[in-house]
Amino acid sequence: MGIEQKTGNMGVVTTTLEQVVNWSRTNSMWPMLFGLACCAIEMMAAQASNYDMSRFGMELMRASPRQSDLMIVAGRVSRKMAPVLRQLYDQMPDPKWVIAMGDCASCGGVFNNYAIVQGVDEIVPVDVYVAGCPPRPEGLIHGIMTLHEKVKQEQLTKWK
Amino acid sequence: MFRGILEGMRQTLRSFFEKPVTIQYPEQKRPVRARFKGRHVLKRYENGLEKCIGCALCAAACPADAIFVEAAENTDERRFSPGERYASTYEINMLRCIYCGFCEDACPTEAIVLGDNYELSFMDRAASIYTKDMLLEPVPAVDKLTPQSTPPGVFTRSVPEMKDPED
Repeated sequence: MGIEQKTGNMGVVTTTLEQVVNWSRTNSMWPMLFGLACCAIEMMAAQASNYDMSRFGMELMRASPRQSDLMIVAGRVSRKMAPVLRQLYDQMPDPKWVIAMGDCASCGGVFNNYAIVQGVDEIVPVDVYVAGCPPRPEGLIHGIMTLHEKVKQEQLTKWK
Repeated sequence: MFRGILEGMRQTLRSFFEKPVTIQYPEQKRPVRARFKGRHVLKRYENGLEKCIGCALCAAACPADAIFVEAAENTDERRFSPGERYASTYEINMLRCIYCGFCEDACPTEAIVLGDNYELSFMDRAASIYTKDMLLEPVPAVDKLTPQSTPPGVFTRSVPEMKDPED
């Protein structure tokens, strides 16, 4: 980033800047559309008018990884899909976060077999795991709010 | 041409005055359906004893292998549940569980019930393993905590006697 190296230990300035940046990050976090299975239906429902994730600044699901900050892995990831997932994650600009939505994305769920990746944390760093099979739209929104709590704790000096 | 535009604008104006459908989720929660299956709760009897007898039938029925049960022996001095055994360890991995309710069906004492909590999100996978303390419902009164000291020969049946066996 640069500013934290230049300012060093400028307590007040950096903490306030930190808060402002983290606040703005939590309030405009565009998710990437990565629906793989039944969880995607709940993700769509969370985006639709009844639950309306745009209340949290998630206006659109971007189909392009270049324009998104948050990857919601919704559904089971097969071994064949894993390199694709990793490539899309690499194409996302920093800062980026990952939510593993549902049991299959989090740890394989009921599919304890050779074809399914036993949790996407094998391939990408996951910030929040949302339990449920599939989680309700409220469950996903709860996961997003857990992520917001995590983002608000982020420190300026630890930014990449 | 104008007719089409007017038709469209009329529709827009009508929906402008409609009540918004959005549920303001964190502040306002939609009640779940009666058959909704959420986070598990381990039940207790009215005298505070745990209903779970540690038979591990739930773990056998679980299609995702999410439940781990370890049983230990009850004594009259240290009694957790009626009958011979109780669950000394009871763990459910909430990320493995698919909330199918098979454990509820398999349980002979109706100890495990799927509740209505769906707010389950974790920052790491280890936090998703719910232990017995987290799953057990709170005791009805302070003096009804388990383990209890009970008179001998009272709690011999682990499965309660059925009121109507025909049912």
